[in-house]
Amino acid sequence: MMRRLLWPSVALTLVVAYPLLFATPFQQRIGALVLLYAIAASAWNIIGGYAGQVSVGHVVFFGCGAYAAMGAYTHFGLPPLVGIPLGIVVAVAIAAIIGTPTLRLSGHYFSMATIAVAELVRLVVTNTEYLGAAVGLSGPTVPRNIFDLSFISALPYYYLFLVILLITLAITWWMTNSRMGFYLRAIKDSERAARSLGAPAARTKLYAFMLSAGLTSVAGALYAMMFGFVDPESGLGILISVKILIMAALGGAGLLFGPLVGAAILVPLEELSNSWLGGKGAGLTFVVYGAIILLIARFQPAGLLALALRIREQRRKASEVSASVGASHAP
Amino acid sequence: MSFVILQVIVGGLLLGAVYALFSSGLTLVWGMMNVVNFAHGDFVMLGMYVAYLVYTLLGAGPLIGAPMAMLVLATVGIIVYFGLIRAVMKGPMLAQILGTFGLALLLRYSVFWWFGANFLTLPENLVGGTLDLGGIRIQASRLLAGIVALAVTFGLHLLLTRTSLGSKMLAVAEDSTAAQLMGIRPDTMQAIAWAIAAGATGLAGALIATFFYIVPTVGETLAIVAFVTVSLGGFGSVPGALVAGLLIGVIESLSGYLIGAVYKDIVVYALFVSFLWFRPQGLMGKS
Repeated sequence: MMRRLLWPSVALTLVVAYPLLFATPFQQRIGALVLLYAIAASAWNIIGGYAGQVSVGHVVFFGCGAYAAMGAYTHFGLPPLVGIPLGIVVAVAIAAIIGTPTLRLSGHYFSMATIAVAELVRLVVTNTEYLGAAVGLSGPTVPRNIFDLSFISALPYYYLFLVILLITLAITWWMTNSRMGFYLRAIKDSERAARSLGAPAARTKLYAFMLSAGLTSVAGALYAMMFGFVDPESGLGILISVKILIMAALGGAGLLFGPLVGAAILVPLEELSNSWLGGKGAGLTFVVYGAIILLIARFQPAGLLALALRIREQRRKASEVSASVGASHAP
Repeated sequence: MSFVILQVIVGGLLLGAVYALFSSGLTLVWGMMNVVNFAHGDFVMLGMYVAYLVYTLLGAGPLIGAPMAMLVLATVGIIVYFGLIRAVMKGPMLAQILGTFGLALLLRYSVFWWFGANFLTLPENLVGGTLDLGGIRIQASRLLAGIVALAVTFGLHLLLTRTSLGSKMLAVAEDSTAAQLMGIRPDTMQAIAWAIAAGATGLAGALIATFFYIVPTVGETLAIVAFVTVSLGGFGSVPGALVAGLLIGVIESLSGYLIGAVYKDIVVYALFVSFLWFRPQGLMGKS
């Protein structure tokens, strides 16, 4: 038992100590962004990884949270934090609207519907004056009090995001060990078999989608609070969907820590390439992203973390075999 | 006034014919091997850039640009089939969607990196000027694109239903093991399907390039148009794609004219979502 807890506690200590060990603003900012994207990617993982339904329009939920947080400030003068529940409600409602018809059909329809709804919402918001149209909405320029959660340093955001990430992972872990997680595994293996044994397939997938949407909207709200504004590109652009998706898939879709691993690889990569290559780098970053997704899909669809776990398992077996061979040869 | 509406409808039909052509490519691959190509819109985009390059390098119009785009894209289709699709087809759904989605990003941003994000256009008078048909004014480029697209889509339908190649492809779609026992190579047939689908899509791109803006992200919008068309027409059905494509072209043009240009995409996407709710099998699909 002690041995089992050793590595997780070492890892947690390192994560908690990171912004103190790497204390420049740039490093702290990267750390906070890794955790932020890990929250969104972990939320995606619930529907994309565990339920096996690939959403390519998750940014729409991200945008719900971001716009609700900034809207609460712009229109009512409230702290952005207050917008979070509203964002969750809207995101869950949109998930129900997309999910109810499409999760009964083959997975392709779901993917296409998510992408179409995300673009639809982006176009509608871009033409809605109340939501700031093409300019977007801003948060408080100067924090009025602590509840505005508006800081100059990335350090407070780092710990805030860490707490939310731990909650997200705890919810995911709890879900996988509940009846719902059991159903999802059965459905992912064979939907027909699961249904014939009485697992409510469409409803379980829908619940997973709604849960995933709600959590993603929280990530969007946090993003808007950190950057202090949201516009159609940063809150509803298809590239945010791409980032969320690729981080989960690179690390390992359907594994608890997969999205965190993916985010920890890709966020620094993007930040560094942006600071090295400047504006010209934006296009190149997404060329690399595309290539990475393509290669993962082609050679390692289960993700890097799954690959690492498999190698470790093989090593363990190999050492057990050699140990037993050695034992049998002992005089 | 009514003349203007008639003109808008004719314009919509001609645009819709091009939509039908590239959607046929998507529906062919989807119906035959149950793979949705998320890079389909970017195949159209590549076709547009081929036409643009042919114009800037050779100074030639769609007479050379269109066949060229078809050839280039057919080659891309074969490479994509053997390099990616054949492997991910056997994998989980996640791998299929990620694979073609990754391809989409790779194509889109490679072009972005090379050509930049500027809106490019071919000269307006590359294909004739504007024709006056009994009071209805139509750009010659749109007329040419619409008629060629209509003819090729119809040809594609004949190819699939009236030739032995078409029968072989349908046999593989129906049951690839049984087809193999009859001496048909599923691999070859599927590669041919990809070549035809991508070639038709490239051709559509070159046609649309004569009157449409050319930009690396244009495939994003066009992919959604193709998804809408295919879901409306029923997957795997070329006649369905034709009817749905024409319908969407008209709806888009009319809503652009009546409500405003920025709302035409909103109308089409909203139509798609409502269709998924009320008739997910499409207009002509089996229930």
